[in-house]
Amino acid sequence: MIDQWLPPQGSAHAPEIDLVLRLVHWLMFALFAGWGAYFVWVLIRFREGRQPEPDLADTRGRPALWSEIAIVAAEGVLLVVIALPIWFRQTLPPDTTAPSTTVVRVIAEQYAWNIHYPGADGEFGETRIELVSSSNPVGLDRSSLHGADDLVTINDLHLPINRPVEIRLSSKDVIHSFGVAAMRVKQDAVPGLLSPVWFTPVLAGTFDIACSQLCGLGHYRMKGQLTVESETEYAAFLSAEAAIQVGGVPGVRASAVSHDAQEQVVARGPTGTHGRDDQ
Amino acid sequence: MRIFSTDHKVVGLQYGWTSLTFLLLGFLLILLIRWQLAWPADPLPLGGLLGAGNAPGGFMLPEFYNQLGAMHGTIMVFLAVVPLAVGAFGNYLIPLMIGAPDMAFPRLNMLSYWIYLMAGLVMLASFFLPGGAANSGWTAYPPLSILATSGQTAWLVGMFLLIVSSLFASINIIVTILQLRAPGMTMMTLPFFVWSQLVTSFLLLLAFPPLQAAAILQLMDRLAGTSFFLPSGLVVSGQALAVSGGGSPILWQHLFWFLAHPEVYVLILPAFGIVAEVITTSTRKPLWGYRGMVGAALFMGFMSFLVWAHHMFLTGMGPTMSAFFQVTTMIISVPSVIILSSLVLSLHGGSIRFTVPALFALAFLPMFGIGGLTGLPLGLAASDIPLHDTYYVIGHFHYIVAPGTLFALFAGIYHWFPRISGRLLDERLGRWHFWGSLITMNLIFMPMFAQGLAGLNRRLFDGGRTYAASAGFEFTYELQAWAAVALGLVQLFFIVNLILTLRKPRTAPDNPWQSTTREWQGRS
Repeated sequence: MIDQWLPPQGSAHAPEIDLVLRLVHWLMFALFAGWGAYFVWVLIRFREGRQPEPDLADTRGRPALWSEIAIVAAEGVLLVVIALPIWFRQTLPPDTTAPSTTVVRVIAEQYAWNIHYPGADGEFGETRIELVSSSNPVGLDRSSLHGADDLVTINDLHLPINRPVEIRLSSKDVIHSFGVAAMRVKQDAVPGLLSPVWFTPVLAGTFDIACSQLCGLGHYRMKGQLTVESETEYAAFLSAEAAIQVGGVPGVRASAVSHDAQEQVVARGPTGTHGRDDQ
Repeated sequence: MRIFSTDHKVVGLQYGWTSLTFLLLGFLLILLIRWQLAWPADPLPLGGLLGAGNAPGGFMLPEFYNQLGAMHGTIMVFLAVVPLAVGAFGNYLIPLMIGAPDMAFPRLNMLSYWIYLMAGLVMLASFFLPGGAANSGWTAYPPLSILATSGQTAWLVGMFLLIVSSLFASINIIVTILQLRAPGMTMMTLPFFVWSQLVTSFLLLLAFPPLQAAAILQLMDRLAGTSFFLPSGLVVSGQALAVSGGGSPILWQHLFWFLAHPEVYVLILPAFGIVAEVITTSTRKPLWGYRGMVGAALFMGFMSFLVWAHHMFLTGMGPTMSAFFQVTTMIISVPSVIILSSLVLSLHGGSIRFTVPALFALAFLPMFGIGGLTGLPLGLAASDIPLHDTYYVIGHFHYIVAPGTLFALFAGIYHWFPRISGRLLDERLGRWHFWGSLITMNLIFMPMFAQGLAGLNRRLFDGGRTYAASAGFEFTYELQAWAAVALGLVQLFFIVNLILTLRKPRTAPDNPWQSTTREWQGRS
């Protein structure tokens, strides 16, 4: 009934979320149809022309009570048997110590997604506020223990297919929300909090990362791109980035899709303010 | 009629006219938004009138778009619907229905209206501040709201005044109902409308103070350099923010939704009350399950304080907490189902007269039904993930408030207009108003469910045109814009009806609908 509108199922848990959506919409539809049919019948049957005098002795207690009990039971089953277990599975941490897990930091800011990869050693370098600049949006300290090989991109998140992902989500300024409709993933990025997000992409392709919480005048254009690709493509992406970022001048490179965002960051500069430059 | 009057009927009418004016204003703001969403690349018709700071050359700026969104929500909820439902209907009808000479505290009543008006004027004036009105959504989430332009300060001052006004009104209504009932009128013989106002007033009394405290804290964060809602380590536009830090942005959300979820029931309970009165009158049959409905209203009022965090499933709240709020959310659907079922079952065996107030009250039932049912997938955290912050949410609560509560309020206006003015509103114009509003509202709100399921986010200045989720929805955006224009035009039937009727002589009979409630017995 609702399938025609749903985005593609890009993650391992997407079918479960869609199952909840489908079941709850069937329940809603059944309730509305049954109840609506009764409503229309009552309006026709008890219109003034057909029923000139009200029947004051009329009561309909028992069926009403049973239908209410049935609704409560259906909601209870939906909640306890289906929705809660899926939610717990989705929110409780999986075994992220497994070496196969991809771990990426995503640092939101007005109006871009900074993506921080741990690099070849699999460990993140330190980040410090004092180092934040237009060329170093996450304030990465390259001289720190694990920082030399880290990679940073803007609005360009690459992930290997069929491997669990842990995204460590945070924000530099205001509340944003990391939403990838195709992955059935959405999580607020709250400044001061580190919010982990888990999913396993199972569909290759490119998907929108949409900021889903009003974050200012540029909220509508705070768009990133998620590329889900094979292991080899992913490895090639990382090494190409490493060649640019770590091999040469330390800094950040935005790929073609995020060209706009990089321009904004550069134009704003360390002392810049929010302008009306987007017009 | 004196302007500074303590008479409950005068104060009620003042609330009524003021809130209807805000209703129109709030609608005009969203009309601009609907047009912008349909044709984001084109200048707005007459957009030049909005000023170069808002829409240079008629092209709306995203800053202005965000002001429109925030102020539409604020005006509709706090300045239009609640003052109309409680301030106008409550003030005018409660003393008449319970046989009281006036409200318990007439001067407090007058004061609450004037403070409400002041709050409204502060909100409106904020459009003319540098940077315009508040632009961080009607929810005003920090840190965004604390970094925002001076309009946000005006918003907080306006909310402060509004809460003061609302507390005065709610205390007054509670005391009036508990203390000033006519001899022999027990609580269980009160019209359901009076019960709905009583429960509503308790919600206002208990839920608003936390938001008032929160508004003061946010004002301090903006003006006095405190950090109640600002964490340490903020970097804004590449600059470390010079604040003491250590605060929590999530704290605001808890305080805000602790008000704003009971507020949903403040929006809906008076509507239930009006619909109950109009339906019993137009079926000529008493309410079915009155005791159950009173119990459900009380239970709903109590539960409404225990569901607030279902607006916050995606903030990073722990799974146990969210499990608790999912359970309470499912539980609170039960009293709604009981009240709605009782209203529908009250039709059974009746002799239904399809007058204009009856049409609005009857249409309320399925429309509120859609609004309530579409709350289910949002109340389950798993299905909330894809739907949160999409148009699905907008569709859901607009079905509750627009063809839901607003229809009930229109039913109430058509129903009690002869009691108020001695004149019956024109039936034909009323029917056009009803059918036009019903059709256009559904054309505006129904497509939102498809948009939301597709993952199209709310609050996007260009309607999300750059996102894959928006593919195929250009047509619905245009349909929604034209339907919004039509909805505006249809309201002209109502406005013209009011003006024409008020120019006619007072010819209505004393009790034109043959109602049995006390407000129709004799003139006062």
